[in-house]
Parts: sequence; C-alpha cells; structure tokens
Amino acid sequence: MATQTTIFSPELAARFDKLVTLYPLRRSALIPMLLYAQDEIGCISPAVISEVAQRVGVQESDVLSVLSYYSLLRTKPIGKFNVQVCTNICCMLRGGNELFEHCRKRLGIGHKGTTPDGVFSLEEVECIGACSWAPAVQINYDFHENLTPESMDKILNEYREKAGK
Amino acid sequence: MAYLTTHPDVVPVISSRFGKGATSIDRYIELDGYTAVRKAIEMGSDAIIAEMKASNLRGRGGAGFPTGMKWSFVPKQSEKPKYILVNGDESEPATCKDRLIFEHDPHSVIEGVIIAGLAVGAKMGFIYLRGEYRYLLKIMEKAIDEAYAKGFLGKNIFGSGIEFEAVSHTGAGAYEVGEESALMESLEGKRGIPRIRPPFPAVVGLYGGPTVINNAETLATVPFVIRMGGAEYAKLGTERNGGTRLFCLSGHLNKPGVYELPMGYNLKKMIYDVGGGIPGGRKLKAVVPGGSSTPVLLPEEIDIGMDFDQVGKAGSMLGSGGVVVLDETVCMVEFALRTMKFYQHESCGWCIPCREGTDWLKKSLTRLHAGGGVDKDIDNIRYLAENMLGRTFCPLGDAAAMPTIAFVKKFRKEFEDHLNGKGCPYHHSLEHEAVLA
Repeated sequence: MATQTTIFSPELAARFDKLVTLYPLRRSALIPMLLYAQDEIGCISPAVISEVAQRVGVQESDVLSVLSYYSLLRTKPIGKFNVQVCTNICCMLRGGNELFEHCRKRLGIGHKGTTPDGVFSLEEVECIGACSWAPAVQINYDFHENLTPESMDKILNEYREKAGK
Repeated sequence: MAYLTTHPDVVPVISSRFGKGATSIDRYIELDGYTAVRKAIEMGSDAIIAEMKASNLRGRGGAGFPTGMKWSFVPKQSEKPKYILVNGDESEPATCKDRLIFEHDPHSVIEGVIIAGLAVGAKMGFIYLRGEYRYLLKIMEKAIDEAYAKGFLGKNIFGSGIEFEAVSHTGAGAYEVGEESALMESLEGKRGIPRIRPPFPAVVGLYGGPTVINNAETLATVPFVIRMGGAEYAKLGTERNGGTRLFCLSGHLNKPGVYELPMGYNLKKMIYDVGGGIPGGRKLKAVVPGGSSTPVLLPEEIDIGMDFDQVGKAGSMLGSGGVVVLDETVCMVEFALRTMKFYQHESCGWCIPCREGTDWLKKSLTRLHAGGGVDKDIDNIRYLAENMLGRTFCPLGDAAAMPTIAFVKKFRKEFEDHLNGKGCPYHHSLEHEAVLA
C-alpha cells in the first residue's frame, strides 16, 4: 500500500497500514477503517469505498453491503456537529422527546436535517448508553447528560462559537 | 462522563478502583492490579476454571450463563487458534455499566482477558467496543499500549514464556452486534447477522476457532475472583449467583445512577432506598428489571431479590442489570411502542419472524396509541409476539416479543382505554412520531 496514492492523510494512511496487520484476516479491519475514514473525510464517499476495498482485499460491493448495515456510517456529508438526541425508553421517561423537539425548533431542522450554514445536523438516535444520566445527547462523539432545554441551549451556543459562526 | 453513585449498601468490588486514576498502568499496579494474572499463571488452566466455577459468577451481559462452565466447554486441543472476545457493544436500552469499567478501570478488562486466555489456551483477545464509545476506545488503546510496554502482553507475558496478544476494536452502531454470533461476524468485517448454533462459539467461533465470548463486566470481574478466591467471591451474592454486579438505575427516580450491589439485593429497596424513591411523591406503576427486553413487573411483584433465579421465578429476567422505574404518569402503550420502535429499527432482517414481527408490532402499536385501534388488535399484538418467541436465529426476536407480551398481559386495560378513536388518555402524542418510522 505504501507506494500507492491514498486519499487519506499520511497519519491515517499509516494507521490503516498497521490496522490490517492486527487481525488474523485483513477484512476484520473493515468496519473500524470505514469509521475512521468517515471521521476524516466526512462521509464514506465512492473514493473511500474504493480505497478501503483495496486495503482490506474485498469487493466494493462488499464494502457497500457492510456500510449500509451500521447506523454510524453514512454516504453523504452532514453538518460539522451532529446532534444525536436519544429518545429511547430511559431518556423518554426523563424528557428525551421534549429535548428532541426543542432542538428541532431551535435549529430549525428535522431528523437527519442539516442547518443551511452547515454547522449542525440533527438526529434522533437509539440508546447511547447514558441511561442513568438521562436525557442524554451525543454531539459527534461527545456525551452530554442530565440535560434540560436550557442546558441544551447553552451547549448548542458553545458549539456554534466553536464553529466561528 | 460516566460515574458511580454511592450508597451505604454499595459493595465495591468491580468498582473499587473507580475514580482512583487506575486508567494509568502504574496506578493500577499500585492498586493490586496485575496480581491476579500472575497468580493465574502459577495456577494453570484447570485450577483457574475450577476457581471460576466455585465463584458462581454468571454472565453479566444478560443471559446469566455460568462463566466457569462456559470456559470449560472450550476443547483443550484445537487445530485452529482459540480466541477471547470481549463484548463491549453495550447497547441494551437501560444499560450503561460497561462504560464505567472502560472509563475507570480498563486494565481490569485486559487482565480478565489474559486470565481467560490462560484458562482456555487462547493466545489472542479482542476487545470490541460499540462505535459510540469512541472516548473509551482511546482509553482502551492507551491501556493496551501500556500493557505491551510493560511486557504484560506480547510474546512472553510476565516472563512466563506464554504469548498473549490483545487488540481493541470499534463497531459502528448496531444493537444486534451485541449478540454473540453477530459480534463475531462484525469482528470479521461483515454485516452483523447471527450464525446458527450449534456449533457453539466455544467449538467453532471467531475465524473458525474455539472462542470464549464474555461481557466486559464479566471479564473485569475475573481478576477479583482469582485474587479473593472463588468461594469468597461467591459468598458476596446468593445461592448460584455469586458476587456483586453493577446495577443501572434509571427512569423516574430521585437518585438514578450506577450502583454496585450484591447479587440478590432486594428490588424494592433498590428503588425506594438506593434510588431515592420516586420524584414528587408519585406512585410506582411498573418496573423493567433488566434492560428493555425483560418483561415488566408490577408494583406488587417487586419484593424480590435481584439475582437470575429469583427474577426468573417472578416471571422476568435479571438481564443486563438495567432497572427502569416508571411512575403513574407513564402511558404503557406509548412505552411499549417506544420499546418496539427500537427493536424494529435494530432487527437485522435475517429471520422473517423478527423482521416482519417487529415491523407489524410497531405499526399496530402506533395505530393503537393514536386511537385507531379496534378490539381485536390487542389480541393480535399478543398473538404476533407469542409467535415470534423461539423462532429466530438469535434472541433479538425474543427480546422484542417478551416485553410486549407482558405489557399486554399486565396492562390490558390501558390498551383498551386507547381503542375506538379514544386515543391516549395521558394525552401523550409525539409530534415526531413518524421520525423513526
């Protein structure tokens, strides 16, 4: 792989070179590789599919089949910050639905929508493992717990500032 | 971030290093870390398994299978390499305990994996974390690097001449992958679709080799069992239910949180004392005792000990230790519907009874909750759910059916109150009901 051109940063390409050696079969690196690629590129683009397929030694159709199964993987770009509101049972009992509605109104977008400035996307998600600290939201990979509409507003403002918009 | 909540009845075993900086290997060693694995190297395979059997430790993922027995099923001789697989795909709604272990005591998982490897003769272990737990993957990767640097992992662990490699691995979002055979498929880089059994993973598992698959909490407990001895550990719990476990209290409680309590701890006390009771003096309506897939209990059914056998006798399951408390303001049809939406969303689609069953149940419950239901819908829901039971490759079908049957059986009147255009008596209507459709 080393001599071949890559669409990834040198750091990520080096990480992938190592990743495939960790397992008895190269293919085991497929799912982590797709997720890390998405973190860098923004989504699983056709170019990502093509390079990842080569790296793990499978057909592009195998990659497509696998990526369509996993809920964190996406083929289209989204906003800089993905606001994932859990509305599963424990969050529901402590205001998860109301929190989702609040975010929807506040951001002016619906489920899987993205704000026109590209700063936020919104998603209603299944249990994220924060049940004892409900209601909870994950923004990209960061957890925010024991939320109220007021504390949610504060958090959204902080992220908006981070985006410089 | 995830933290443990305290109470005078908490018995800190697994949680004894939480909040003490044990993510660093030097601190972990100061706190008696990596002493159990040294002892296990001296003990050898048979003695480790005997100690695990004596501990009465049962799988903390939900099924409650005795850990020592599971390990004893792995054949001594095998042409193919054997593997240890840690299930850290914690995704059962109401369950948030493995998160604490990975966050506060990652080396206990590594130590447990090595001991499991010594017990069954495996030379490699995989620690599979759900994709949402990225911050924990970083903690785990660092812990593994540290263990390699100290010679605790690698070609010659602790100078014993024994080889053991460990790899941390991330998923990418899928509840189904928490099922053991789907977990192996996912680790092999495929869609998380269950395998038919037999053969069981102990004989033909990961990459076709004999494989031990244990929940993260189970494996994190192993070093404590080896250190204190199986019999001592067993004494902390009840008959056939050794030790302590992390209980995740959630829902309508004054003090929700994760508490480490002895197996067999009284559920009523867990709610009213440990969990601080229900806010606003409201009345208890129902309790889901062990994660969203376990049948609901009524207030008069909760004076029971929380171990696998006693909760089983009460008609439910101890499951993953996620206790959800529902007060009188909850619409049980809405709760049943939200539970089913989850299972419909997560069904992998491999088996027809689960794929079609969850979809039809979601549709029926949606219509019923909105007031469009008719009398026979209630029996149809129960009939459909009952016909999913035991008819799928993996337990996801059962996980969707079991709570549904219990909701209909125990709260039939509430279902009836929604019928024939009346709609939800609690006036709960979700504006975004169609979102997850």
